[in-house]
Amino acid sequence: MQKFIRDSGHLIRPAIVLLAGLGLFMVIRAAVVPKGFGQYGHYRPGALAAIRQHPVAYAGQGACVLCHDEEGKVRASGKHAHVACETCHGPLAKHADDPGANIPKLPTVATLCVRCHEKDTAKPKTFPQVVSTEHSGGMACNQCHKPHNPQL
Amino acid sequence: MEITRRDILSVGGKLLMIASVGATFEQITGAKPPPDSYRMASHWWGMIIDIDKCIGCGNCVHACSNENQVPKDYFRTWVERYEVPEGYVNPRVSSPQGAIDGFPPSKQTSLKSFFVPKLCNQCADSPCVQVCPVGATFVSPDGVVLVDQDYCLGCRYCVQACPYGCRYLHPETETVDKCTLCYHRITQGLTTACCENCPTGARQLVDFKNPNDPVHEFLRNNKVAVLKPNMATGAKVYYKNLDGSVR
Ligand code: HEC
Ligand code: HEC
Ligand code: HEC
Ligand code: HEC
Repeated sequence: MQKFIRDSGHLIRPAIVLLAGLGLFMVIRAAVVPKGFGQYGHYRPGALAAIRQHPVAYAGQGACVLCHDEEGKVRASGKHAHVACETCHGPLAKHADDPGANIPKLPTVATLCVRCHEKDTAKPKTFPQVVSTEHSGGMACNQCHKPHNPQL
Repeated sequence: MEITRRDILSVGGKLLMIASVGATFEQITGAKPPPDSYRMASHWWGMIIDIDKCIGCGNCVHACSNENQVPKDYFRTWVERYEVPEGYVNPRVSSPQGAIDGFPPSKQTSLKSFFVPKLCNQCADSPCVQVCPVGATFVSPDGVVLVDQDYCLGCRYCVQACPYGCRYLHPETETVDKCTLCYHRITQGLTTACCENCPTGARQLVDFKNPNDPVHEFLRNNKVAVLKPNMATGAKVYYKNLDGSVR
């Protein structure tokens, strides 16, 4: 027995070194590979949660009509029914959270309407378009049209 | 007692082995993420785009930029205006500032012209994911191609690999940035910022795993196409009535 161990020393010693190296590798690997890596695929699942932390800027029109049901009703009865409030009014999630502290500025009508309605041959033919300079004669669009329900 | 080199090696080796077993055990069991009402396994996100409805107002680009703080002159979504002469020779494509402020009216009247909104196609077999050397970009279990900002090296392989040009290196963080399909919004029941602000419904967020989603009818009733189908990227952004000249 004693002789066997002495003679196979040249096998056992490298084996121990190998195992120690392997152990070291496992310890280092455990330390540097992030928790849960590979749970869903070759990536860090924590990234999903991090990306979901991003704050929302557009509250969505469902939120606006909760308080502004007047405007909501007017808009729903007209051709702008599917144009979201915040498309014209800008991102207002902060206002929806705390209306008193974040009072929005009203949109600039001069640039607002033409962005969608200025005539362009690339636009679908069915979309109502006007050449603004000829159509309004320099007057603001909302002097004739109501923004929330653009019928005259 | 005399301590030999052999003693140190064998005792040290045993300790290391015990430590590594413990470490891997911790790694395997790993702490579970907190419970959450959003179940990733029951969604598979994509988008449908109706070319015949797009008016090129650029409100989607504007909204995306506001929602995601996209740096100036970089775009996660943009709109292109195609002007195609007869026979498809050199279609003229323009996208001033990604159309963030819409388009100046076209003076052309004799050309076929239309708008094409573009964004990340959320490919199921994405080339960008395949080339990432560190696992910083990936397809999430609900089908959105995302970037791990803490893990990205900024090597830009994925920027080059994307056949649709949808990725950029963020000038401040120096990591790669791209459309997240508003992952922070869709996981809490809102639609994306671009779809929320599309006045004509030309672009719509869809969930292929929801049997009641309009996407199923859309795909059944219309002539649809994805961009660059020959690249077999598994793109999940479907265009209705896409012209053959669109690249
Ligand atoms: C929690 C209720 C609430 C929600 C939600 C809300 N608002 Fe308001 N909003 C108010 C109140 C109250 C005021 C009046 C503030 C004042 O004048 O002191 C106001 C004022 C405004 C004004 C300015 C009116 C003016 O005369 O200057 C606009 C525009 C507006 N809201 C748009 C929106 C939009 C768009 C949304 C959806 C994102 C929205 N609001 C969501 C309560 C709300
Ligand atoms: C087509 C663009 C457009 C849409 C869509 C729109 N608004 Fe407006 N809104 C305007 C403009 C323009 C004004 C400023 C009117 C003015 O100055 O006469 C305005 C004014 C307002 C005001 C101030 C009170 C008033 O009537 O002057 C509130 C409040 C308001 N909007 C809420 C809403 C809400 C809520 C929605 C969604 C249901 C909405 N708006 C959708 C363009 C729009
Ligand atoms: C975000 C894009 C957008 C903006 C901004 C916008 N509109 Fe509209 N508008 C639409 C859409 C979409 C329709 C519905 C078109 C349809 O029914 O096919 C529409 C319809 C109309 C119509 C009805 C046309 C008809 O056929 O009866 C008028 C008038 C109109 N808008 C005027 C305005 C005015 C005035 C403004 C500025 C206060 C404005 N729009 C701002 C998108 C917009
Ligand atoms: C002097 C009043 C007046 C002003 C100012 C005005 N409009 Fe009009 N608008 C009209 C009238 C009248 C019609 C015709 C309604 C009809 O045909 O049913 C109309 C129709 C429209 C239509 C529908 C066109 C169609 O083909 O169905 C759009 C879109 C429109 N206006 C947008 C605008 C925009 C954008 C502005 C601002 C640049 C504007 N309007 C300013 C009076 C006005």
